[in-house]
Amino acid sequence: MLAYIIRRLLYAIPILIGVNLITFILFFVVNSPQDIARAHLGEKYVTQDAIDHWVKEKGYDNPLIYNPNAAGFSKFTDTIFFHKSLSLFTFDFGQADDGRDITTDVRTRMGPSLALAIPTFIVGIWVNICVALIIVMFRGTRLDKAAVVLFVTLMSISGLFYIIGGQYLVATLWKLVPISGYQTSLSAWKFLILPVAIGIVSGIGLGARWYRTLFLEAADQDFARTARAKGVSELAVLFRHVLPNALLPILTGVVVVIPTLFMGSLLMEAFFGIPGLGSYMLDAIRAQDFAIVRTMVFVGSVLYIIGLILTDISYTIADPRVRLN
Amino acid sequence: MPVIGMRAANQFIRSLGVTLLLAGCSGPWNDPNEPEKPGETVYYGSYSSRLQHLDPARSYSAEEALFIDQIYESPLRYHFLKRPYVLEPALADSMPSVRYLDKELQSVSAQSPDLAFSLYTITLKPDVFYQPHPAFAQKSDGVPLYLFETKEASQHFKTLSDFPVSGKRLLKAEDFIYGIKRLADPANKSPLLGFLSNYIDGMSEFSQTVKDVPRDQWLDLRKFSLGGINVVDERTFTIRIKGKYPQFLYWLAMHFFAPIPWEADRFYHNPGFQKRNLTLDWHPVGTGAFMMTQNDPNKGITLERNPNYWFDPYPSEGAELDREQGLLEDAGKPMPFIDRATFRLEKESLPQWSKFMQGWYDRSGDDTHNISSDNFDRAFVVSGSGIDLSPDMKQRGINISTEIKPSIYYYGFNMLDPVVGGYSEKKQKLRQAITIAWNMEEFLEIFTNGRGQAAMGPIPPGIPGYKEGKAGINPYIYNWVNGQPERKSIDEAKRLLAEAGYPNGRDAETGKPLVLYLDTTGGSSGPVADWRRRQLENIGVQLEYRTSDYVRFKEKIRDGNTQLFGWGWLADYPDPENFLFLLDSAQTSGNCKCDGNNSTNYENPEFDKLFRQIKVMPDSPQRIALLDKAIDLVRRDNPWIWGYHTKEYYLNNSWVYNTKRHGIAQDTLKYLRIDTKQRRQLQREWNKPVIWPLITIAVICLLIVLPAVIAYRRRQNMRVSSVQERED
Repeated sequence: MLAYIIRRLLYAIPILIGVNLITFILFFVVNSPQDIARAHLGEKYVTQDAIDHWVKEKGYDNPLIYNPNAAGFSKFTDTIFFHKSLSLFTFDFGQADDGRDITTDVRTRMGPSLALAIPTFIVGIWVNICVALIIVMFRGTRLDKAAVVLFVTLMSISGLFYIIGGQYLVATLWKLVPISGYQTSLSAWKFLILPVAIGIVSGIGLGARWYRTLFLEAADQDFARTARAKGVSELAVLFRHVLPNALLPILTGVVVVIPTLFMGSLLMEAFFGIPGLGSYMLDAIRAQDFAIVRTMVFVGSVLYIIGLILTDISYTIADPRVRLN
Repeated sequence: MPVIGMRAANQFIRSLGVTLLLAGCSGPWNDPNEPEKPGETVYYGSYSSRLQHLDPARSYSAEEALFIDQIYESPLRYHFLKRPYVLEPALADSMPSVRYLDKELQSVSAQSPDLAFSLYTITLKPDVFYQPHPAFAQKSDGVPLYLFETKEASQHFKTLSDFPVSGKRLLKAEDFIYGIKRLADPANKSPLLGFLSNYIDGMSEFSQTVKDVPRDQWLDLRKFSLGGINVVDERTFTIRIKGKYPQFLYWLAMHFFAPIPWEADRFYHNPGFQKRNLTLDWHPVGTGAFMMTQNDPNKGITLERNPNYWFDPYPSEGAELDREQGLLEDAGKPMPFIDRATFRLEKESLPQWSKFMQGWYDRSGDDTHNISSDNFDRAFVVSGSGIDLSPDMKQRGINISTEIKPSIYYYGFNMLDPVVGGYSEKKQKLRQAITIAWNMEEFLEIFTNGRGQAAMGPIPPGIPGYKEGKAGINPYIYNWVNGQPERKSIDEAKRLLAEAGYPNGRDAETGKPLVLYLDTTGGSSGPVADWRRRQLENIGVQLEYRTSDYVRFKEKIRDGNTQLFGWGWLADYPDPENFLFLLDSAQTSGNCKCDGNNSTNYENPEFDKLFRQIKVMPDSPQRIALLDKAIDLVRRDNPWIWGYHTKEYYLNNSWVYNTKRHGIAQDTLKYLRIDTKQRRQLQREWNKPVIWPLITIAVICLLIVLPAVIAYRRRQNMRVSSVQERED
């Protein structure tokens, strides 16, 4: 397995270079370094000298990807791409265009992102699995059909509707929790309970419907029938026999997401005023801060690759027949 | 029910009861604010976008000024209440004295043809101290306490609160010199460097000198001289300006000219500090009424009363009606009136508005009013007599503060464009016809709920040169009818269009329809886009949209590659020069070789000549007469579709006092007074939690779960024989 993991990590290098290259090209197709300088220097009284100085100081005065004036390998290394994007492989994220240290900011903002993402993720999966298993218990009945209709309806509603509707009802009309905000102390729970609840409810339609399909497949297998014949209760059949046997496809979708929880949620964080990495990324895009954008894309890619590797490893744990080689 | 189930249910009911009881005792459940200390007066505010810079040399945005201007003070400031806007001494002991010099630095009269420089002498108030700060902390032998050789030595100091000792320091004249040198140092990327270099003698040379100095550590700018600024004594300094520039006094009221203690600059250049975001750009050090004690993206920004703040009494004079409105009740009392101000980042308008309505924010907005069109109908009623508060708002005791910003929004004609540009009579008539058809009053009514005033020229209300009534109307676009300005008719616009060579909107020579192209960053569809098209359709002209992102849009304007575009200007200071320069030919991108402010490329030598005279004159009847001439010229040439001046409405909760808005100054936090007792009482009244939905949801869940449990139990208890019997 170790050889497999090392091989996968080596594969990750060209993937990350590719992701960086695409991000770089997309960003600089839209904005030239001069445009970025103008965006940062403001609207008034900007002189060409100030723009040139900003560009030079930030290291944007080199050619983008290929430097024809340099000699040898420097043709590729004396470029903005090499200095800005490939340096990320050393996990030196440098400074944002506003001068703040990106590593410090990422570290600070990771906490609120996780505080929102982890409960939503864990409770969400637990709720989806329970709901799906209960529906499977009543498979073929009117309750099952009604549940499928409800799931499809829940899936069809926009995420924004849940957020705005939830904020309006729970926070504005009923005044049960603060509508937005965040505190780093233990009292953060009262700011998180609503977004977490909305995250769980908005995910039930998609999650429970998918899990129901997986569980239905396993519910009528021989091992389940045998368990029932032995007098095992239906609940025990579902949770002890059906669930573990339907776990592989669930792991495919779930484990890959775990590392990316660090990245936060763009919508939830923006609407609930949670200062996590999702809103950090959104602000950076608005401010045309390439330093933050490239870092977040890089970190996101790395976490996604880690997620894929963890998924593979989790297969071996969930199903001993699986071997990584 | 089984015994265990009963026990669990009892426990749940008991714990729910305790929770509700505790919640009831500890205040509203939806309180987003942290607990206040006993006896503390706290102001709760918000801001809407992430801050980039808090360095007074670098920051140039209203949102950042909301904080910077509470912390840093400048030699001058605006009187809080008086209108039109009046400058008064802030850190200066009195208004600066000005002397005129020739090239040999000898005194000459203000009218002398040899006049080469203006010398401003500024004397500071005595006994003004900076806020407590670790940069000023010293050991007993006078050596700075927090000066580190390596980043490892300072690694335990991650935030400013990690420094246990703070020091105190007297404000000196040399701090202003240091602040101006920081403006001139390209490393600080001040947006005003280029602009001020045109005025402050020696600034360019200083800039060139320090540009190439190696920067591996703190650069002590005191070692480099800047010819035009000098310390006279500990409390007096001079600034030498090239030529005559009376508007320089307004610049002295902006945070760019705030004093910077060199110790603070050195402190923040300690090794490793930048990596921990310990920079002057993020942690200001000033003499103002407040000091920043927290700048944390997780908690927002907290300002606390500066214990070293000088005796600064609330003004005892104001504008007309200020006394009737209770704005002089605190006259003579020392400011500030609040101990702490917390500002939370609110990016979305819905949560911000909800919190204001629940009483968690003291005002509807700080940097912006935050009253969206959706909320406008709830907040206001519009009648023939104007805009008034809705009954709901009146019942809550909410009051309005209005503010006409010294700003203008307009649509510019590119004067270099072969179709709409040019200075012939025909081209003037074409632009006038389009301007008449572009019904700005209708726009304001439909799209801004009437929050604005149609512009008659480039000068907004409250600025010298603006005139009310008949004398102030633009005679090319309006008639004066029944004591009101009335936009000229569409027939008149069509007549002008025909005289311009486009009868019925078609080129008289080719017969082709006149198609105009509007560059915009918005879309080409939607209510506003359709409205614009309809305006020109009224005179038979077609409008097409050329959409692009903001970067490309600015590039097009810079390159003169537009025909018609929407633009705006918010003044830096209340002087007509700050608006007329938008039409100065020296400010076109082509002439200044910069991102010129004259976006329409308007060039009229007659106007330029008048502008140069107006620019250097003090306010006087002669200056107003020249302004009238200049305004008439641009009205005739019509390089802009005269847009509108925004009128903003801010809402204040009843417990906030002294809320008068100042169109320019942002240092108004110190004037605010809060009745915390009333606030607490109304917050409790307005935020009683509604519990029944929770109970309803619980009952619904029970109603769903119970039949399922019953069905499950029945199924589990089912026997083979009974199934067989049922099947038979």
